[in-house]
Amino acid sequence: MSMQPFRRHRGIAAPLVRINIDTDAIIPSREMKRVSKEGLGEGLFANWRYSDVATREENPDFVLNQAGFREASILLGGVNFGCGSSREHAVWALADFGIRAVVAPSFGSIFYGNCVRNGILPVRLEEAVIAGLAEHLEAAPGSELTIDLPEQVLLTDDGSRYGFEIDPPDKEMLLEGLDQIAMTLRHDEAIRGFMARDREARPWIYAIPAPRASGA
Amino acid sequence: MAQTLADKIWTAHAVAELDGGATLLYIDRIFLHERTGSIALKGLEAAGRAVREPGLVFCTMDHIVDTFPGRGDDTRMPGGRAFITTTREAARAAGIHLFDIGDPDQGIVHVVSPEQGIALPGTTLVCPDSHTGTVGALGALAWGIGSTEAEHAMATRTLAVTRPKQMRVSFEGQLAFGVTAKDMILALIGAHSAAGGVGYVVEFAGAAVRALEMEARFTLCNMAVEFGAFSGLIAPDEKTFAYLEGRPFAPQGALWAQARAHWQTLHSDDDARFDREIRIDASSIAPQVTWGTSPQHEIPIDGEVPDPAAETDVNRRKAMERALEYMGLSPGRPLAGTPIDAAFIGSCTNSRLSDLRAAAAVLRGRRIAEGVRAICVPGSSRVKAAAEAEGLDRVFTEAGFEWRESGCSMCFFAGGESFGRGERVITSTNRNFENRQGPGTRSHLASPTTVAASALAGRIADVREFAGEDT
Ligand code: SF4
Repeated sequence: MSMQPFRRHRGIAAPLVRINIDTDAIIPSREMKRVSKEGLGEGLFANWRYSDVATREENPDFVLNQAGFREASILLGGVNFGCGSSREHAVWALADFGIRAVVAPSFGSIFYGNCVRNGILPVRLEEAVIAGLAEHLEAAPGSELTIDLPEQVLLTDDGSRYGFEIDPPDKEMLLEGLDQIAMTLRHDEAIRGFMARDREARPWIYAIPAPRASGA
Repeated sequence: MAQTLADKIWTAHAVAELDGGATLLYIDRIFLHERTGSIALKGLEAAGRAVREPGLVFCTMDHIVDTFPGRGDDTRMPGGRAFITTTREAARAAGIHLFDIGDPDQGIVHVVSPEQGIALPGTTLVCPDSHTGTVGALGALAWGIGSTEAEHAMATRTLAVTRPKQMRVSFEGQLAFGVTAKDMILALIGAHSAAGGVGYVVEFAGAAVRALEMEARFTLCNMAVEFGAFSGLIAPDEKTFAYLEGRPFAPQGALWAQARAHWQTLHSDDDARFDREIRIDASSIAPQVTWGTSPQHEIPIDGEVPDPAAETDVNRRKAMERALEYMGLSPGRPLAGTPIDAAFIGSCTNSRLSDLRAAAAVLRGRRIAEGVRAICVPGSSRVKAAAEAEGLDRVFTEAGFEWRESGCSMCFFAGGESFGRGERVITSTNRNFENRQGPGTRSHLASPTTVAASALAGRIADVREFAGEDT
């Protein structure tokens, strides 16, 4: 799948600073209705966002329903954001809603990888920094943040700068919006060479019964 | 140089070092299920890419299939049928192994892959499912990935992975009576938080781990992801080899001997260094149960629900307050004795034959409390058949449990069957998240024996007061 590259983004940031926000909360399983990556934004945070999930009646207490935050494209989260289920739907739902970056002290590792592969920038900042940013956003809903990936820095309008770390391969994938399979196939010769040697070294890995069409 | 077990597997699978520090790792086995695998197979198809070595790719139907007797492709999950039929068509087109509905080998992916001898010591195995690390108990490096990564693994047989840090968690000493692997992992998460393992591959070691039977080791590694870890693993030993010998996809004959000789080298060297070490006295662990909405919200069965007021970290305190409200509990009170509405035994954590035997030993000759709905869902069709062969199904049904076909079932709410809003469930599963088992459902994680004892009592109960003669 081609993805939108991420270079520099400026947008409204919404604070949702709860710890251990799991992917079941980001997209409840029942919202994953089709064998598809599309159209999942409506189910984003459904159990929190709607006071009645069936009728989609909005919960006015939830941050993304509040004036100033409805158009958010940056989300501030707590420790271990995106823990739990591996469902990539969590990231597809965030992207479909319009989220371009999530800022949290730490992330669930599968979620982190899924973000990078779908053009969402996961930014790790210290808990205290995020608490300060959240306080500012709550006081002034609709405030924007700027995130510059080449410079690896998050900027506020009052001039604060917060640098963040990201592994070079993740950075490259986001900057270029690359199809990772194509990137990897540059090493195809090495892969094929490895497999040929491996068949000699570990023949038991490959000696398994042929596929069968089972069941119905 | 001294190596850890994870180092040995990593080095043996490194195809290339990539610019920027990631390693292109060779992937031995790929497993899919109809919930997330369907999308990966469709994605590959849409991109016009083939599955490389389809014989090393496996798929099962477990997540949204019905678990009622006499099931077919229809499921109570709205739109679920399409996931099942799409997966079947895509699996057939790709030429991969499919454990379909009606196949005697069908079951939950993390139960099937070791049961069939697909996961093996020293292998790398991935699946678009977060509990893939379960099979790390065999000494495999196995981890959960997203659907896009699954496409990548199928198309290239590799993944680009940044090497995780390494942690060793040693459970020393001996477990006390009534305490299980489930209690060990809950105690670890409770003490070090649900994010304690973030960034690490965790090797479980120590006398209490060596003493665990193979199936209990799966339980331990299953919840490494609930500790935030990249994966969990355990060095293979004689129990591992005995478990695998003769399984359908395990090596046979001369290859078995060759594989086994290799597997015997798979352990951390004596002077291997870990980035972090945690030691836990296994004998100090009591049966555990969760009170809140994160696996870290857990206490010993005879403990009290903690008071958020005593928590100094503001975010943790807020999370505790939310959890107490969601769970309908008050701080400072014992959890044991809280009335329950339902009891669930199943899931990739605790649905293997030994789990069912242990629960049945508590239930034998007894009846569950009036008004409690109790369900047992074997982890695979093979587990179900083996349990029935020794009469465990009758123990469960005579006690008042429903006895189901295998699958994930009510481990998670997919939009169909659920326990109901505000209902309190004691469950042998791995996630007590808000709404995990149904909108508004309150889940308390515990071992299968604690679940069985609680079902009998109609309230959260200490299994040590209920143990049958043969537990
Ligand atoms: S049993 Fe539960 S945790 Fe395990 S794979 Fe199925 S849904 Fe996931």
